[in-house]
Amino acid sequence: MPPVQLKPQTASSRANPSAEARIVRINGPVVEATGLSRAAMLEVVEVGRERLVGEVIRLTRDVATIQVYEDTGGLRPGAPAYPTGRPLSVLLGPGLLGNIYDGIQRPLRAIAETSGHFIRRGEKPSPLDLERRWRFTPSLQAGAAVAGGAVLGTVQETPSIAMAVMIPPGVEGELAELAPEGDYTVADIIGQVRRADGATTPVRLANYWPVRRPRPSQRRVRMDTPLVTGLRVVDVFFPIATGGTAAIPGGFGTGKTMTQHALAKWSAADIIVYIGCGERGNEMTEVLREFPELQDPRTGRSLMERTVLIANTSNMPVAAREVSIYTGITLAEFYRDMGYNVAVMADSTSRWAEALRELSGRLEEMPADEGFPAYLPTRLAEFYERAGSVETLNGRRGSVSVIGAVSPPGGDFSEPVTQHTSRFIRCFWALDRDLANARHYPAISWLSSYSEYVNDIEPWWRHQGADWQELRITLMRLLQDEVRLQRIARLVGPDALPDDQHLILFVAELIKNGFLQQSSFDPVDMYCGPEKQLQMMRLLVLFDRRARQVLARGGTLAEIREMPCLPTLVRMKSTIPNDRPQDFDALRTRLEQEFDAIERRLA
Amino acid sequence: MHDIGLEYCGLQRVDGPLVFLEGVRDVAFDDVVEVTAPDGTLRLGQVLDISETRAVVQMFSGTTGLSTAASRARFTGVSQRIAVGREMVGRILDGVGRPRDGLPDVLTDERRDVNGASINPYSREYPRDFIQTGITSIDLMNTLVRGQKLPIFSGNGMPHNQIAAQIARQAKLLAEDVRFSIVFAAMGVKYDVARFFIDSFERSGAINNVTMFLSLADDPSVERLVTPRSALTFAEYLAFEAGMHVLVILTDMTNYCEALREVATARNQIPSRKGYPGYLYSDLASLYERAGRIAGLPGSITQMPILTMPSDDISHPVPDLTGYITEGQIVLDREMFQKHIYPPVAGLPSLSRLMKDGIGKGRTRDDHPHIASQLFAAYSRVKEIRALAAVIGSEELSPLDKLYMQFGDHFEAHVVTQGEDENRSIEESLAAGWQALKILPRSELYRLSEEELKQYYD
Repeated sequence: MPPVQLKPQTASSRANPSAEARIVRINGPVVEATGLSRAAMLEVVEVGRERLVGEVIRLTRDVATIQVYEDTGGLRPGAPAYPTGRPLSVLLGPGLLGNIYDGIQRPLRAIAETSGHFIRRGEKPSPLDLERRWRFTPSLQAGAAVAGGAVLGTVQETPSIAMAVMIPPGVEGELAELAPEGDYTVADIIGQVRRADGATTPVRLANYWPVRRPRPSQRRVRMDTPLVTGLRVVDVFFPIATGGTAAIPGGFGTGKTMTQHALAKWSAADIIVYIGCGERGNEMTEVLREFPELQDPRTGRSLMERTVLIANTSNMPVAAREVSIYTGITLAEFYRDMGYNVAVMADSTSRWAEALRELSGRLEEMPADEGFPAYLPTRLAEFYERAGSVETLNGRRGSVSVIGAVSPPGGDFSEPVTQHTSRFIRCFWALDRDLANARHYPAISWLSSYSEYVNDIEPWWRHQGADWQELRITLMRLLQDEVRLQRIARLVGPDALPDDQHLILFVAELIKNGFLQQSSFDPVDMYCGPEKQLQMMRLLVLFDRRARQVLARGGTLAEIREMPCLPTLVRMKSTIPNDRPQDFDALRTRLEQEFDAIERRLA
Repeated sequence: MHDIGLEYCGLQRVDGPLVFLEGVRDVAFDDVVEVTAPDGTLRLGQVLDISETRAVVQMFSGTTGLSTAASRARFTGVSQRIAVGREMVGRILDGVGRPRDGLPDVLTDERRDVNGASINPYSREYPRDFIQTGITSIDLMNTLVRGQKLPIFSGNGMPHNQIAAQIARQAKLLAEDVRFSIVFAAMGVKYDVARFFIDSFERSGAINNVTMFLSLADDPSVERLVTPRSALTFAEYLAFEAGMHVLVILTDMTNYCEALREVATARNQIPSRKGYPGYLYSDLASLYERAGRIAGLPGSITQMPILTMPSDDISHPVPDLTGYITEGQIVLDREMFQKHIYPPVAGLPSLSRLMKDGIGKGRTRDDHPHIASQLFAAYSRVKEIRALAAVIGSEELSPLDKLYMQFGDHFEAHVVTQGEDENRSIEESLAAGWQALKILPRSELYRLSEEELKQYYD
């Protein structure tokens, strides 16, 4: 076995430190260095004796402005700078799943082992375990013609996820060599591709990819499948398509993170990339502690086996926060290219935008809205456009769905980040302060949220033989009527409303408490499968129809309110598990019988 | 090879809290600078921006009395540090850790960088231990857990200090008998406030367990920037090296943020909202995130920052950004305060994010999560009905709505209201909650299970 140095591919051979390059100014995370006239924009430059990682963000003659991803305290003018000749890249290979990284893909578990409980500067452990051996099973043979994306074989990364070992995009030729089935480290060469010009390119289990460059695919495909999330208010009223984009804006305490956690747990994605961008450390700890113990309702395996965490918490360096969402989405694209459906949770994109603002301010750029740089919308658009459902280079279908939390200052949705984000997403889950105050979670407002995917995915539900569209429209109409009636009641007093309007208020309460509100802590209610969602909707619609019938035949609302099955109806979400549809049939029979009894009395 | 000891004579420019020096060599970002004023007094500062030709220095003790020609500056080559040691417990210090109580200097060789380092999220232990504060509106509805950061959002004139002092006196764990060691940091508050806390701790006999870092209203404003960092550095030492459970009270964060704004403005930085710098969030996070527990270590840091909301506005940048970082907030309500309700803890906007994992079976009691959720739901209904009654008159309300009104009054008068020295056990708090819910008909209590209703309601 030849000794292999796992190094990112360099564009040129300038990887040696330039003797000239030295620091001339330090202003927080922004450092200026001279002697870097040959450095490229967005090239990684390491600064100081501790070789802190940074990225070139501006070039003026031979002065390069570098944003540094670590604390720059103690750095002084005159200290050396080392250009590396490569853009900021992540290492893609087996061992990503179940791991936790910081914004520039440094493994936090490995750092905890070497530097203790507090993160020391200048730590640069490999993102993937270089010692660990993975069983590689080839699926091609030497001599085959291959191009970027071609699958050479597989590595069972976790019991539920098989990682496809692919030719890196941009490499094309004849597969000159391919290693036999066996155990290899990520650094071992497992194949050689002979290109048209005769030179060979080695292929390893892990390869680098620059984070700011989207990974290529063949073409985009139509999004026609919902990403089932198990959250009723989302799946029924504001569904997101597999490969779609959604934003969750909400003031503090409205439950953005709780909603993101619930989505990360129960979404029908194969892989979850959870980016904690400028948020709390304890929230990442919670994921680390909770996910391994939870079971994926579809595979029965631990949720951690399909999850990668990117944690750049609010107290970690701000420049690394800026890059963390690119790191996350690049990992997502990597799994998409194997044909998986990946969901990216970015919590919170506002913190990312603020990092952009802070760096922009240090560069003394002219600010636009509220101090944010003028290129904020461009950057947001670039990020959300990396989502999508695609046909991959190897002809599979994969997708990246992006769900970004937005934290508007003062809960005011007219601020720049919320406004610009809503231009580039197609699902808007607005969190409502009043709902959160009443501890109605998820606090997704059914009045100000929207989804543009409803018509795209409606055929999917119809294909399941489901009356999903009719049911959701009926329920939504009731909720909208309720708002209108509440407004009237506020003017004329509730007593002035006739019984049939009181019934609407009553049924709307039932929908809110018995359907929309969903507990993340109740073992039965935390995940609600599509079948159960339909059953619940049918019962509510049935209740509404029969109750109106009772009123039409001269019955009173008081009689309906006294129905013995009501406490069961309002608690069906937490008493009937997903796998007991027959219980809904029983409840339905009971409901019909009680209505029949009322009608018999009336007749 | 640093120019330690090398003194630069003369300053180029003095502007607000900032000093500009030219021609300095080999100075590092974040270094501490000692400036000798013409009258011979020594002031401390910190390097904010350094290039080959120029250093921008922020003076902790203000620039009053400095002159450009007759002042001298010495770069120490290290970042701001404070001495730490167990014998500091019980002392009163200034913002940079020098004695303020007239007693001699602390004798220790241990010095720590006040900026600390980020706790690795992987090394954190999720906080789960219920702290009984003896205050029902907190224990029952917005539970505090050990290692949490839970601020008090208050307004001028409201009793945030009394509440913080009551919590400091009464806080205890159900299972273990450990006292909290208290680290108290005052930024720009009046002497009377500091005196109030000292008296309160003396009265309860806790004073020997309290370390105070005081930077009062008449101290230079920039010192406020380093005060919480000194306090938290000391708290980290107590918690993660001496294995103690520490409760850190930081008051008043609004003053801290204003000092930050003052420095940002003097540096001509682009402001974001209300003149505060764009990095206010990151800066606050660098303080608030220094709370929590670390896996495998016995100690913990629980933080209780206090801030006064300018004109009671919760959307002001200081409470707003704080709320985004901390794990919930206890909001004091002006209206309740005017109705002489103590503690005036606002029912709805208050929140504890870590509550869910600190309560319930095996921690407090099985029904705790559900009763809390039900109380919030019912009280939010009360607020709606009160708004309705204000328009149509309370006589016009339906019988059910009238019950809700009755529940609301009972809830405020008997669940929320309690004495400043009244220490309620969690069982008493839960019982008070059930007592209030009994006003409502059974069918309204949809967030409680049938079993819970049978056991506690019927």
